[in-house]
Amino acid sequence: MTSVSTGRAVDPSRRAAPHPGLPRLIPGVITDLREHLDRYGSLPSLRRRDARGAFFDAVDHSGLRGRGGAAFPTARKLHAVANGRRGAFVVANGAEGEPASQKDSTLMRAAPHLVLDGALIAADAVRAGTVFVVVDRNDVMAFDAMAAAIDQRRAAYPGGPTVELVGLPSRYVAGESSALVNFLSGGPAKPMFVPPRPYERGIRGRPTLVQNVETLANLALIARYGADWYRGLGTADEPGSVLVTVGGAVALPGVYEVALGTPMSTVLEVVGGVTEPISALLVGGYFGSWIDAAAVDKLEVTHAGLARAGGTLGCGVITAFPASRCGVHESVRVARYLAEETAGQCGPCVNGLSAIVGGIETLAAGRPAERTRADVLRWLDDVSQRGACHLPDAVVEFLRSALDVFGEEFSRHELHWKCSATDPEPLLPLPDPATRDWGWR
Amino acid sequence: MSRLVVDFITCDAHGICAELLPEWITLDDWGYPKLHTGAIPPELLPHARRAVAACPTLALHLRDH
Repeated sequence: MTSVSTGRAVDPSRRAAPHPGLPRLIPGVITDLREHLDRYGSLPSLRRRDARGAFFDAVDHSGLRGRGGAAFPTARKLHAVANGRRGAFVVANGAEGEPASQKDSTLMRAAPHLVLDGALIAADAVRAGTVFVVVDRNDVMAFDAMAAAIDQRRAAYPGGPTVELVGLPSRYVAGESSALVNFLSGGPAKPMFVPPRPYERGIRGRPTLVQNVETLANLALIARYGADWYRGLGTADEPGSVLVTVGGAVALPGVYEVALGTPMSTVLEVVGGVTEPISALLVGGYFGSWIDAAAVDKLEVTHAGLARAGGTLGCGVITAFPASRCGVHESVRVARYLAEETAGQCGPCVNGLSAIVGGIETLAAGRPAERTRADVLRWLDDVSQRGACHLPDAVVEFLRSALDVFGEEFSRHELHWKCSATDPEPLLPLPDPATRDWGWR
Repeated sequence: MSRLVVDFITCDAHGICAELLPEWITLDDWGYPKLHTGAIPPELLPHARRAVAACPTLALHLRDH
């Protein structure tokens, strides 16, 4: 593969590549376009053929994968859309439906121009005339930050692709790429049956490149500094950095940028350590799984490493769950929330999730019927991989890992013994019932 | 190599597919089809095609790989 670290066909105003270390994406809050350009230099143009080729080579060689949770290779989608029908669209996905995740919102507020750069270079690469920037409509701060950045761009560079900012219903599955395409085509923000996938046939039937905003910010840096620079952090298989949202019983909860491959124990040190003994980590958000605290020292922040531990990095949520709380109650709360977030389209999801949650609530309340546990386990097997989207799979992974990691506590609850938690306060973030969004349009 | 897939958005739990292809399709507690994974054995292919054609909501698809 071609190395383009010293790239030929680039904008003359391009800056020398900075040190490849951290921070890359959020060096501070940079909302002013001039300040942004002072720091990063201008975005290369891909109008010349050699520049375009060099950009695709750089993305291929970078090994960049999607940061929305599924870790799909960015180059594959980019090539598919570029080689598809004309009239492609680009969607910058800042929907962040995961209640425990704040990294996309933080990135858009701190580096809105880097996100826009990524969307614009992607639009240049796939020759899209329109870019949609999609933000959760309840996330007013991120929405305003992106709106201000888009206005500055329009004033500074008239012409160029149309950039449209869109507020999306604040639903768990609304940010799934086919749901975005559905919404942006005028429908409800509900997932659609795939394939065809959005990069094959998306908005108004056109190839549509849907990329998470963090992925796009990385793309903006790869376009400027090249693949070798990008690969200067991370592991050979999973290069680069990743934004993680660290919460729960840690001294300094928040969004952090770490190199892929960082040991989990180092991440917990960076956030000031745990503030009390923990029983488990929830990794990957509500799409992820519980991992026993005893395994923390063996974990590293990569997709492959966490998969080996039976988990997933997902969208980078890491929650330290204190031993003082009840893992059973928390798991029931979150499972109930996920079941409520069904788009109501697929039979196994609509029927299965509510049955599963009803069953698990019965277990938690104690003295369940003899068959309840067996029913729940069977339904978990049944709903797996049986939806247009992966919401059922999220419930399956989340609850299976809960039954495993909090197995003892589940048994206590089933026997109707005293719950061993000393702190009854709920911990995992869920939408505020007062402002909860139930709409799909 | 052909695979059967269900579009669960369209599927209405009529259950005809499970009647026509019980070797490959069973029903869950609510009447929605559960499919074996992997390629359909060649001897079942004609039955799979029949099940696809008989689905009243056109939710069953045969995909070639």
